[in-house]
Amino acid sequence: MNFTVLTMAEQIILTLAALMLFTSFLLLAQTRLLTLIHIFALQGALLFATTLVIAFTYGRHHLLISAALTLGLKVFFIPIQLQKLVTRLDIKREVEVVGNPSLIMFGAAALVLFSYYAVLPIRELSMLATRNTIAVSLAIVLLGMLLIISRRKAVVQVVGFMCMENGLMFAAVAATQGMPMVVEMGVALDVLVAAILFGIFFFQIRTEFGTLDVDKLNLLKEVD
Amino acid sequence: MNALYLTLLLPLTGAVILAFCGHMRIAGRLNLLVCIATFITSLQLAVDVFFNGSILTPLNFFYVDAFNVYLVLLNSFVGMTTAIFSSPYMAHEQSIGKVKAGGMRLYHSMYQGFLFTMLLALLTNNLGILWVAVEGATLATVLLVSLYRTPESIEAGWKYFLLCGVGIAQALFGTTLIYFAAVQIMPDNNQALMWSVLYEHASELEPTVLLLAFVFLIVGYGTKIGLVPLHNWLPDAHSEGPTPMSAILSGLLLNIALYAVVRFKMLIDPALGSNIAGHIMMGFGLLSFLVAGLLLHRQRDIKRMFSYSSIEHMGLITFAFGIGGPLATFGALLHMIVHSLTKSAIFITVGHAAQVCQTQSIDKIRGLLKTQPEIGWGLLIGTVAIAGLPPFGVFTSEFLLFSATIKSFPWLVISLLFGLSVAFAGLFRHVQPMVFGECPTGQVKVKANMWPVAVHLCIILWLGIAVPDVLAGWIDQATIMITGKGVL
Repeated sequence: MNFTVLTMAEQIILTLAALMLFTSFLLLAQTRLLTLIHIFALQGALLFATTLVIAFTYGRHHLLISAALTLGLKVFFIPIQLQKLVTRLDIKREVEVVGNPSLIMFGAAALVLFSYYAVLPIRELSMLATRNTIAVSLAIVLLGMLLIISRRKAVVQVVGFMCMENGLMFAAVAATQGMPMVVEMGVALDVLVAAILFGIFFFQIRTEFGTLDVDKLNLLKEVD
Repeated sequence: MNALYLTLLLPLTGAVILAFCGHMRIAGRLNLLVCIATFITSLQLAVDVFFNGSILTPLNFFYVDAFNVYLVLLNSFVGMTTAIFSSPYMAHEQSIGKVKAGGMRLYHSMYQGFLFTMLLALLTNNLGILWVAVEGATLATVLLVSLYRTPESIEAGWKYFLLCGVGIAQALFGTTLIYFAAVQIMPDNNQALMWSVLYEHASELEPTVLLLAFVFLIVGYGTKIGLVPLHNWLPDAHSEGPTPMSAILSGLLLNIALYAVVRFKMLIDPALGSNIAGHIMMGFGLLSFLVAGLLLHRQRDIKRMFSYSSIEHMGLITFAFGIGGPLATFGALLHMIVHSLTKSAIFITVGHAAQVCQTQSIDKIRGLLKTQPEIGWGLLIGTVAIAGLPPFGVFTSEFLLFSATIKSFPWLVISLLFGLSVAFAGLFRHVQPMVFGECPTGQVKVKANMWPVAVHLCIILWLGIAVPDVLAGWIDQATIMITGKGVL
């Protein structure tokens, strides 16, 4: 891979993409809730930086609004709310048991390879930068899913869900230089409402089950 | 044109007003009133489209054609009849203390919010907004599933939220890929997600990107359709939420998600020049059809049982759209109507039956014919209709689907027939003792309004005997749009 043929902006975007992927791995490895939330905020900040770089380099100024939304929602609002919640429910020190950490890491690495393999046949992706960004965003989405299925705490599942959203926004911003404004606003609105609903659910689950362990949510079965 | 905006604005205003309306009787009436008004405007919209053809608003933001207009009409019709049922039903639920006043405000407001998001998903021309609206439909209903605040309902709500949220995220990735393919050939980025524009340029889009996108789209929207193996949220959400919600979830929401998939298939087929997308749909559809039929037998909750029947029918429709010929598509479009009318009628009846017996457990519901004959008959006739027996409309559409399958994939008919008979046995095995069995003590009559059920079943009967020209014309036009050839 020859990085010197890329423009400065493309190099920055690729570096940010690599960092975002790296934070996804950090999320998977992290077992403490509070640190997990901080890493998630860091990923949001990286997404914010990517959006800014693209907005200025390609002169797509409507992306500035999208960047502001990312900053407000993913870097401040959601992490702060989650942090408050974790403190209030007094679960911030809880160390989570992850199934088998090394196995999950191997799985994650395999998912990244798979993402690159999946986007390989696309002819229009002969441009190095775009191919990488689409593969990385797909990998972030898949790693978010892995985070959801490998953990038992409802809070971590929400972080996984929002991590997937980060991957999607990254795809929209880095690969296509932003979706039309109205769509971005709609998506941001959905994320905001989802974040609020998640908060409501935490309290409902906590009241009824006395824990935020989703393993306890096993009353309903496919067949009995 | 005005009818279009009114159809969207009415439920949206309704949602806002009902959020502040705490009086139970007034709220129920107001809810119904908004639904009736929405139905009238959508009828007006349908008449417009019938006489003047497709409508495209300035800036291409909304698009109405034969394919979505009949779904809009169906949506507002079922929304209206379910609102008739909902008012006394929810009053009863409140009187036995299952819901509090705040819960009722949430319920009514979200009922309208849900109808709004579905209508928006149907009417919008922008594929991004389509995604936003379908996700919005999840968000509007997720708190309704956990409305009763029992541990089971909260579990169901959480499952619904997380599974559908994660699933639908895949669809957004697919949409982004489509946009990525579109901006390569279109100068104006703002038009690159407009369905009508994309449809004109469909054959120029990069096929490999589209195929990758379609895989994500079918997984994403397929979660919402309830396709096996992505269906786990569906029976839970249907059985634990309030019954009017089950009726519109099953009757309408599943259709909307399938509508989205078919819209994308229409873009992808010309680009790929083959029916790979169709084959993926056939695989998912057939699997859902067979698995759901088998799972029907093992259910103990009456609403869970009928939600598996919904999965089965959605599987059949997905399969039919997958085959893709004019006859199969015509049958699938017709089946969407008859399934949603029949299924919402059944859920309404089931809601009353559960109130009569004070339980949803199949083992404890007995002797409905003796206690309250109209509910017993409603359940029996509804089940006969949904099982696909003549002379009801489900028979007509299934007959068309089977004929189309015999033409294109003769050996698959065996598995279809097998699935159909398994589901038939499963339904009647449970329904027969519920309707005819000995009446246990302690059952009381409830105030049941069976008019919506009667109207739905009459329409199904009508569609079974003769499909009216107007409807057949619309479906045929939609078939021409989807497959390029009509049936009539």
